[in-house]
Amino acid sequence: MIIESLSKVTQAYGMISAFALIGVTMWVSYWLSAKLTKGRLHGSAIAIFFGLLLAYIGGVTTGGQKGLVDIPLLSGLGILGGAMLRDFAIAATAFGVNVDELKEAGLAGVLSLFVGVGTSFIAGVAVALAFGYTDAVSLTTIGAGAVTYIVGPVTGAAIGASSEVMALSIAAGLVKAIVAMVATPFVARYIGLDNPRTAVIFGGLVGTSSGVAGGLAATDPKLVPYGCLTAAFYTAIGCLLGPSLLFLVTRAIFG
Amino acid sequence: MIIYGVALLSICTLTGIFIGEVLGKLIGVPANVGGVGIAMLMLIFLSSWIGKHGKFHPKTEQGVEFWSAIYIPIVVAMAAQQNVAGALKGGPAAILAGFLAIAIAFALVPVLNKVGRKKAVASAPNQLASVQR
Repeated sequence: MIIESLSKVTQAYGMISAFALIGVTMWVSYWLSAKLTKGRLHGSAIAIFFGLLLAYIGGVTTGGQKGLVDIPLLSGLGILGGAMLRDFAIAATAFGVNVDELKEAGLAGVLSLFVGVGTSFIAGVAVALAFGYTDAVSLTTIGAGAVTYIVGPVTGAAIGASSEVMALSIAAGLVKAIVAMVATPFVARYIGLDNPRTAVIFGGLVGTSSGVAGGLAATDPKLVPYGCLTAAFYTAIGCLLGPSLLFLVTRAIFG
Repeated sequence: MIIYGVALLSICTLTGIFIGEVLGKLIGVPANVGGVGIAMLMLIFLSSWIGKHGKFHPKTEQGVEFWSAIYIPIVVAMAAQQNVAGALKGGPAAILAGFLAIAIAFALVPVLNKVGRKKAVASAPNQLASVQR
């Protein structure tokens, strides 16, 4: 009876439950950050890691695709962490952005977008080759998946890839996004990711929106708007180039 | 009023996403072309325009700042709904491809930072000249 009532309340008040759950998670994370790492590892980095860990547990226990959201008790997380509020909050971070910093990094930012899509694609194609894929369609689709998990299936569908290759390309994109979220705070100091300029470049190179949003949030929330601004164009450029230029080049090289 | 800030943010977000959708249709890409980025630029320019004309009430600012501050919790909720299990199920090929792509992206940040700087330094004298004029 208690479980039933609890489940009814958390589903009817989904977003409120999510606020409570995330709030407690953040509190625990910031406490751990202060106690165990003396603040060296950002509390938000620990919270994001917890989120991913719980998403894994949720995915394994339910067999679903949306992490914790597939547990009915926690479905409200889907609203709070969904695309609508994510985009709304990302847009809000632009409030107070330094326009001069943005202008100064503009050119490098545009360049980083194309370099980012190109190098991620090449990385994906190289790994696909190493794992024995030889046809241009599969190579292009897996390469596009390494760009983002949206570019992969969009490209695959356009050029007629098999569903097995499509699934692989989505998985590659997911791994990229997850590694970006977890690893960015650790590598930030080595790649000079501590100012708006490098954040703009980082956004263009990494591109996958959840990875950039999570990675920068875990590193330094002040950098978020700069990275997310360039990253906003990344998936579209990938979707534009994947089934066209990148496919034609791949087909020309690998037949 | 706080709602003015929230409404300003909403209008910027909706307009940006809408323009992104239209751009996608025009280019023929099944994706939103820079929607959030356009929304961010709109907010930057609108808020600085309003600021210059001295009409930005602190309460209005709070309506935007709340959502900016709630960004991290939203990202944590976003992390909690990633298909982590699916990513790992993709096997070594998927994991390696994802890792390699992100490793290259990390490594290129300092490289591109230098590339842009040279151009910035080159344009600096021009800026000085225009100031002197």
